[in-house]
Amino acid sequence: MNLMGLINIDHEHDFLNELTYFRCGAAVPFAGRYRLIDFTLSNMVKSNVQDVAIFTRRKFRSLMDHLGTGANWDLDKRNGGLFILPPDFNDPTDISKGDLQYFHNNRDYFLRGRASHVLISGSQFISNSDYQEAFKQHLNSKADVTLITTRIPELEQEHNSCLRVTSNEEGWVTDITNDKANHQLFTGIYILSKDLLLDLVDDCIAHHKDNFFLHGIKDNLPKIKVQTYKHKGYGAFVNSVESFFRHNMNLLSIDTYKSLFYKESFIQTKNSNEPPTKYQQQSNVKGSLIANGCVINGHIENSVLFRGVTVKEGARVKNSIIMQRCTIESGVSLENVILDKDVFITSGQTFIGSKEKPYVVAKRKIM
Amino acid sequence: MKKECVGMLLAGGEGKRLGALTKNLAKPAVYFGGKYRIIDFTLSNCTNSGIHTVGVLTQYSPLLLNKHIGIGKPWDLDRQKDGVAILSPYTAKEGGNWYSGTADAIYQNIHYIDQYNPEYVLVISGDHIYQMNYNTLLQHHKDSEADATISVMEVPLEEASRFGILNTTDDLRIYEFEEKPPQPKSNLASMGIYIFTWSVLKSYLLADAKLKDSSHDFGKDIIPAMLQNDLRLYAYRFDGYWKDVGTVQSYWEANMDLLEEDLSMSLNNKNWRTYTHDSNFPPQFIGESASIKNSLINSGCWVCGNIDHSILFENVTVYEGSSVKQSILHPGVKVQENCNLDRVIVMENTVIPANTKIITDINEEPLVLDQEIMETLVSQQHLKGVSK
Repeated sequence: MNLMGLINIDHEHDFLNELTYFRCGAAVPFAGRYRLIDFTLSNMVKSNVQDVAIFTRRKFRSLMDHLGTGANWDLDKRNGGLFILPPDFNDPTDISKGDLQYFHNNRDYFLRGRASHVLISGSQFISNSDYQEAFKQHLNSKADVTLITTRIPELEQEHNSCLRVTSNEEGWVTDITNDKANHQLFTGIYILSKDLLLDLVDDCIAHHKDNFFLHGIKDNLPKIKVQTYKHKGYGAFVNSVESFFRHNMNLLSIDTYKSLFYKESFIQTKNSNEPPTKYQQQSNVKGSLIANGCVINGHIENSVLFRGVTVKEGARVKNSIIMQRCTIESGVSLENVILDKDVFITSGQTFIGSKEKPYVVAKRKIM
Repeated sequence: MKKECVGMLLAGGEGKRLGALTKNLAKPAVYFGGKYRIIDFTLSNCTNSGIHTVGVLTQYSPLLLNKHIGIGKPWDLDRQKDGVAILSPYTAKEGGNWYSGTADAIYQNIHYIDQYNPEYVLVISGDHIYQMNYNTLLQHHKDSEADATISVMEVPLEEASRFGILNTTDDLRIYEFEEKPPQPKSNLASMGIYIFTWSVLKSYLLADAKLKDSSHDFGKDIIPAMLQNDLRLYAYRFDGYWKDVGTVQSYWEANMDLLEEDLSMSLNNKNWRTYTHDSNFPPQFIGESASIKNSLINSGCWVCGNIDHSILFENVTVYEGSSVKQSILHPGVKVQENCNLDRVIVMENTVIPANTKIITDINEEPLVLDQEIMETLVSQQHLKGVSK
């Protein structure tokens, strides 16, 4: 009994404004050196998953560039490995709709895979976890489907779009709703057997349905037995600019940083071979997360710097996220700002956003 | 398979003068520059120069070195038909021997080089820090129709007696080679980087191997023999940064050189990258109480103290109230609260207990610490040149 992976990002639309103009959400940089998809992908690999398929239809150039052969996640294998699967429209008899197009047209992925069960996830739930325990519980409870859920004591705006799960004392799911008062949230991650998955796919297509989870699982609730597994440890939903900004900033607190990163196995990402970061004579860095390859000669406070950022003397960066290879010239002042990759800020300029609405600058802009 | 030039990288040296740094590993595998091992600089030079066939000659304590090189992936040397090959001493039908000198190491691997039927062979060492395009050297070799070309750099005349000095005519043709001459006649020092026309070198290696009293060394035997027979030997002048990290002092200096703003060699040079493994540590966490100046810091570090003129490898922790100056901290080192380190090299995974004060005198070699030495120090409370 083992798991194969499926990362379905078809339904994750352009949720990060400027940051998703040119790339899908899964490929957006996060936490200094990662992309959002790294967390789900690393967790799957950690859970002993040997095959991972990615269902994606739009803006996936940057995602493919990031993933490559999957070697950075040890997914470049003789058998199995990483598959990027856009829906294929060549079947003339195909009547499938929505995300069922992927399942129907990539049936071979499931049939060829040697695993018995499938772990399905999106890319918006950020955590560092191993799903083997959830899988064990799934097998022991003899459930048809196991949903990974998380209890959020204080609900924020980013949770509005999450589905809520109602379950009884033994953890069996009685309902899946949009009830805003329910604090038990579905993480978008679930486990089911390959056979059941293929049956449900056929059933959905036969009934002209267009959403595998909603129609295949939620609508079949009384018929199929659905269990819950409670996620433990750090977990965050990143599905808006505001939540993206806040969850990056939260990593500047020691406890959050440790709970996400200080675990046995690290989150894997694409290697970029940057040298160590160079702190120069005028550098003054406090309370920040800094990736390799930066050259810093300014003031950095409470900020996240991605790889290869240059901050010249006298520049001040506060409460900001500066992505790969940005250049901040001398005398610049930034506060509550998100700079996408390769942005160049010429000397002496000031940009200030607010915590709730950070000022976002799109990729490669010269300001 | 025909190759124009095959690289032979000498990486078997013990590096005795590096003391504790080479206790369990070969000198080319010693950590350098916050992320690298010394051999990364020469391997990256090969990649960046388009030399895709590289034989690495290992002998002394090779486990970590071999593991580091692996199949050569970080340097794009994992190739279908050539790439990197680790050449260790071996036994065969006619017996076997350790490599008894630099020339002997190449001699015992003539069959490796012959597989590629090259015109030229590049001989380099895995214990120098520099960025150099070997193609320019090769072009120089071809242009001067030389049998051998030796890369040289100018050193101050008063220091010339510490080097192998080449005496040349005005057009850089070498007529004499002097190893550490008391009265140097020139200031052109050999950098231990050679290009040979393979057919010529091969005949000299075969002849040298038959000599009982030869030390089988390029500098001591092969080059002098070639000069004696009036072969065309030329010097190639290199004016970039180059450093032999043979002693603890020069190892420390070369690391500190990386912190200089006007150094001609840069790790950030996008046209000449230095490649190595990346172990995927999270970004470095710089705490509220940290102060960092003139330093190189790698991922996974956790810094809450003061860092000045220092190099921190991956996963190093420096707690509040501690000050680290002019020091090199290898991966996994933990400096606990209120320590004061100045001119110290701390080896992998060593824990410096709280309130430790170690300052190496400016006139002495920087102190090299590992866990064992640290524990002895703690039990003795103090040692010559160290105050705690």
